[in-house]
Amino acid sequence: MLQLTHLFSALTANPMLAALGDGQGQFPWLTLTTFAPLLGVLVLMLIPREQVQALRNVALLTSLLVFAISLGIMAYFNPALPFAEGQAFTFQLTEGPFEWIPTLGVHFYLGVDGFSIWLVLLTTFLMPIAILSTYSAVTKNVKEYMISLLFLQMGMVGALVALDVFLFYVFWEVMLIPMYIIIGVWGGTNRVQAAVKFFIYTMVGSILMLVAILYVYFKVGEQSGVYSFLYTDLLTVNLTFQEQFWLFAAFFLAFAIKVPLFPFHTWLPLAHVEAPTAGSVILAAVMLKMGIYGMIRYAFPLFPDALKLFAPYIAILAVVGIVYGAIVALVQDDIKKLVAYSSVSHLGFCVLGLVAMTPQGIAGSMYIMLAHGIATGGLFLCVGILYERRHTRMISEFGGISKVMPVFATMFLVIVFASAGLPGLNGFVGEFLALVGTAKSQFLWFDAPLVFAQPLDATASYGLYEFGPAPFWPMPEGMQAGPEITAFVFTIIATTGVILAAGYLLWMFKRVMFGPVTNEKNLKLARLNAREITYLVPIVLMAIFMGVFPKFFLSRMDPSIHQFLTYMDNNVTSQGTVVVEPPAPGWVPEGSMVDVARAKRAR
Amino acid sequence: MEPLFSNNFHYLGLIVLMPLLGAIINGLLGAKLPSKVVNVVACAPMLLSFVFTLIGVRALLAQGVESEGGRFSMGYLSYTVYEWIYSGSLSADISFMLDPLSATLVLIITGVGFLIHVYSTGYMAQDPSKWRYFSYLNLFVFAMLLLVLGKNLLVTFIGWEGVGVCSYLLIGFWYTDSEKAAAGMKAFVVNRVGDFAFLLGMFILFFTTGTIDYVELSELATNASTVPLLIQIALPVGLLILIGCTGKSAQIPLFVWLPDAMAGPTPVSALIHAATMVTAGVFVICRLNWLFTLDPRLMLTVAVIGCLTAFFAATIAIVQTDIKRVLAYSTISQLGFMFMAVGVGAYTAAIFHVATHAFFKALLFLGAGSVIHGMHHEQDIRKMGGLKKYMPITRWTFLIGCLAIAGVPFLSGFYSKDMILWSALSNVHFLNIEGVMAADVVMAYFTSTVNPFFNAEGVEIVTWAKIVHGGLFGLGLLTALLTAFYMFRLYFMTFEGECRADAETKKHIHESPDSMLIPLIVLAFLSVVAGYIGWPHVVVAFMPEALQSPALLIEHWLDDVFYHSKTFRLTGRFGDHPYGLEALAIAGSVGAAAVGIGTAWFLYIKRPELPAWIAERARLAFKWLENKYYIDELYDRIAVQPTLLLGQLSYWFDRYIIDGLLVNGTGFVAESAGKILRHMQSGNVQRYATYITLALVFILFALIYPACF
Repeated sequence: MLQLTHLFSALTANPMLAALGDGQGQFPWLTLTTFAPLLGVLVLMLIPREQVQALRNVALLTSLLVFAISLGIMAYFNPALPFAEGQAFTFQLTEGPFEWIPTLGVHFYLGVDGFSIWLVLLTTFLMPIAILSTYSAVTKNVKEYMISLLFLQMGMVGALVALDVFLFYVFWEVMLIPMYIIIGVWGGTNRVQAAVKFFIYTMVGSILMLVAILYVYFKVGEQSGVYSFLYTDLLTVNLTFQEQFWLFAAFFLAFAIKVPLFPFHTWLPLAHVEAPTAGSVILAAVMLKMGIYGMIRYAFPLFPDALKLFAPYIAILAVVGIVYGAIVALVQDDIKKLVAYSSVSHLGFCVLGLVAMTPQGIAGSMYIMLAHGIATGGLFLCVGILYERRHTRMISEFGGISKVMPVFATMFLVIVFASAGLPGLNGFVGEFLALVGTAKSQFLWFDAPLVFAQPLDATASYGLYEFGPAPFWPMPEGMQAGPEITAFVFTIIATTGVILAAGYLLWMFKRVMFGPVTNEKNLKLARLNAREITYLVPIVLMAIFMGVFPKFFLSRMDPSIHQFLTYMDNNVTSQGTVVVEPPAPGWVPEGSMVDVARAKRAR
Repeated sequence: MEPLFSNNFHYLGLIVLMPLLGAIINGLLGAKLPSKVVNVVACAPMLLSFVFTLIGVRALLAQGVESEGGRFSMGYLSYTVYEWIYSGSLSADISFMLDPLSATLVLIITGVGFLIHVYSTGYMAQDPSKWRYFSYLNLFVFAMLLLVLGKNLLVTFIGWEGVGVCSYLLIGFWYTDSEKAAAGMKAFVVNRVGDFAFLLGMFILFFTTGTIDYVELSELATNASTVPLLIQIALPVGLLILIGCTGKSAQIPLFVWLPDAMAGPTPVSALIHAATMVTAGVFVICRLNWLFTLDPRLMLTVAVIGCLTAFFAATIAIVQTDIKRVLAYSTISQLGFMFMAVGVGAYTAAIFHVATHAFFKALLFLGAGSVIHGMHHEQDIRKMGGLKKYMPITRWTFLIGCLAIAGVPFLSGFYSKDMILWSALSNVHFLNIEGVMAADVVMAYFTSTVNPFFNAEGVEIVTWAKIVHGGLFGLGLLTALLTAFYMFRLYFMTFEGECRADAETKKHIHESPDSMLIPLIVLAFLSVVAGYIGWPHVVVAFMPEALQSPALLIEHWLDDVFYHSKTFRLTGRFGDHPYGLEALAIAGSVGAAAVGIGTAWFLYIKRPELPAWIAERARLAFKWLENKYYIDELYDRIAVQPTLLLGQLSYWFDRYIIDGLLVNGTGFVAESAGKILRHMQSGNVQRYATYITLALVFILFALIYPACF
């Protein structure tokens, strides 16, 4: 029998492709991927606004072109690149740094690593699908809509590949505005409120982050004499614990709102319900991931000690979010709201896996991002298909749709199961890894409960101390336990999310798709047309592919994860809390049972 | 000794691939293919997989060698398809392993599966979406094969969830009926509760041992230097995996989904909810036997759960009137027997019962399907009766099934059930600590672990363990009696006596087509002879020399798999096979069967008015039994409703506290502050001058009297 993996690696490591060059600074893949949507925007501006179909087609072709270009990134990405010494990340396909605003030390500098490459590809993969889904949904102001979508894509990809923090911040804000417009103009009845809430809420976080970025920037300038926004330069900063504490808080708040982490999530259901389908897809699939990406790229490596302090509290928010999001999803009457709350639950897994600081946890977190992007994107598309036919999203209005739309039922079911974390589909891999990673975490330990309310050292006379004298009870002898205990408690609570996910998704599916057709309006629903099948099939196939061959994705992430963890291990003051495992096949943790057995066998 | 295995046995991949291909072809093209082709595409993979498994069994036998103690050791065959998940030290391959245990299960799955596929071609002939049915059914077999052949816990888990999904799809196959769709959902969600525990067990196992591969794990469990580490986690891991197994195998407390699962087409009930999927829990415990054996408390828990489930399900089955529900509760009860066997350390007996049960319960379900088919979808046995003259072949095969499950000698059910009951009586489980651990850690184990099964010497059994095992045997015997009773109640009410159907139905009652009858006959044959590979030792002792080995075939066949578990525990409480006692136990179980059948005959043939009279007298008890002890209602009250209520509360909290008070409140404060401060910007120059003067005064004051601040 043919070894599938061999076939697979033969396809991806095509020598023809490799012969084109090693990709290091030779061909501007990243710049092209980022700014190609602007070409589309240019063309769109030249087309009269009455030629609606032409506008749509141009936008679709542009996004397809961008996707094709982004495949080049994947082809030239080399996971086996040796690590940059002492760095948290090794970037490749880098372009620059070119000076942009020399007086401020702002550069144009792009690059990808194992963390960002898949998110870039997720964005470019979903964009054509999202555009295709709007062909019938959006009929007024098509020109502006398409331009907004393409601008949005530029912002998202740019934020992912930017290696200059100033540049990152610019892209970060660029992506906010088109989404604000998309929700506010093409949204539902309550769209203005939703758009405003989305914008202001996210903006509050962004501003805090900007202040923190500037603080680090000046600190670095002070310490090294070179004022530069380059990410690699910022990473050299030396901060006291107190500074780390506040800066981390500012960064983290910005990203937590974006994720959104419980309890900063209330903008999300509102925005999702009001946004048009394509907006929801992009919002859920990519924009939320920016929060996670920001944490791992900026908040964590810049302020490792603060992370160590915050990690268990973040984990608490994450597990609360998992259960809370799922339970609230259970009682929703509106399908879209249900999916929105399920996002809160799924992204709880993401954050939990991230703060566990284990290879599996981070890999799982990364994988959930992709899987959630595909599955939840698919769910929103399915909801959109139903909405276009009935102009309602109330579960009680539906029932027995399977009989009327059988092909749709099949695809919807696959996507539902992908989202519910069924092994063999993409949702499971990420959740499994994140939970395994959390279970073996050494990081989620409350070193000293409420230590942030204590005077941190004798010289600290303001700031943290101002919280007032906090009680500090040393734990009784018998109750002391290791970090694996808290980690496992988190795992147990998080794993209940797996039960609940099956509950709310299948219950929704049953009420919408199964049973007799009770509502007469549902009897004559149109079957899926070719266009709708065209954009659902890639989602379904990708969900299956990612579930069956996760190694294709994981193996390209793993070196980056290993490097990141090594960096964190060296920079977190409390030793031995980050779990680092060399990515060598057959490696087993020293002193583990397998190791003992193996040693014995060798003797 | 070199380990016995071949790591590149491609046929294992083919065994699994066949049903997947069938599912894909029928799933994608089935709607357009002619009906005949759909049938062939569905059935051929089963047959091919069966043949490939036979090839595997031959290869296993061929690589077997005589090892120390005259044991015939076969090792295993394995095949790695590709690396699935890879992250840090976690590497999970999609890899398969064929050893005597999985070979037994695969033969059952593909063999019985083939028969049920053939039967389905007749049963589902009229259904417009037959292709969808067969696609699901093939997909189920694929998932089931993954579960059984998996070489690590993760592959097993893929199959474990996969069979759950296929079960969900097939239970809700006629999804236009809201109740059936709900039954499918219930099955999946209840199973998810079990899966939750299963996952947690897997996590503990992974982060303490660093591997999830069965072969590596079993090496750890049999290695004297690593066993002490494993003993410490045996109880939590075992309990969690046990909960998972109670979900899949419908044991207390997670059995509630199986009776509802009867909403699916009857062949599905036969294949999934009787012969294969529900035995997955038994299989997993047997697969991890070296882990479960490590903790006597764990073993006892398994046994008690199994025994109680067997008994309670049997009591419920007595009063059910739906032919499929009787069989469903009987399945739960028989699965309880298997758990009991596992719990008393009689793994071989458990697998033996899995095999015989697969035959006779598939036979009974298919017979019931034939009845339902003939009666035009009537399932209430109160409206049946006297069917023997309408459908003779179905009647005879059904009778054989009833006799087999009742435990009548010379039919398969007798042999396996007797083996279980005898093991329950004679095995008292405790750890053979010297056999398991290196000498230097034995003492440490005693001083550090509180274990009720040891006294200072470590070999004396505490009395109450004996009593518990006596109770298991007694309750098992009582359950056997009840089984015989309710099965024959079912048989008599369906096939004997007067026909109680209305005239219209009566006219149309017919015997089923050949495609349905042939599987029935084959299964009836198997239900008789399948037991002849596990005769009681007391009988074997009187057999001629040449027959002795085949008569104990099942024990020899599985000996290798469970060998290590045997070394973990000391031999039975009565020594090795005391023939007199064994004969007594057999007599007891035969007596129980006889009493059960006799009572059923007396109540439903001789004095048919009696059951109603008894029901009148014991109304309360009947009501409890008819409502299945109100377990469904209890779960609804304590689990489902509170969760929904919590959901409503959280949603309220979300809208009014988090969003309303905190988020919008912040916005409101900002807005209001702006509204108030707006009045300062009135454009009135005099007012601005006042502000400036006041501020100036303030600053001057502060400069002159700094001490005030």
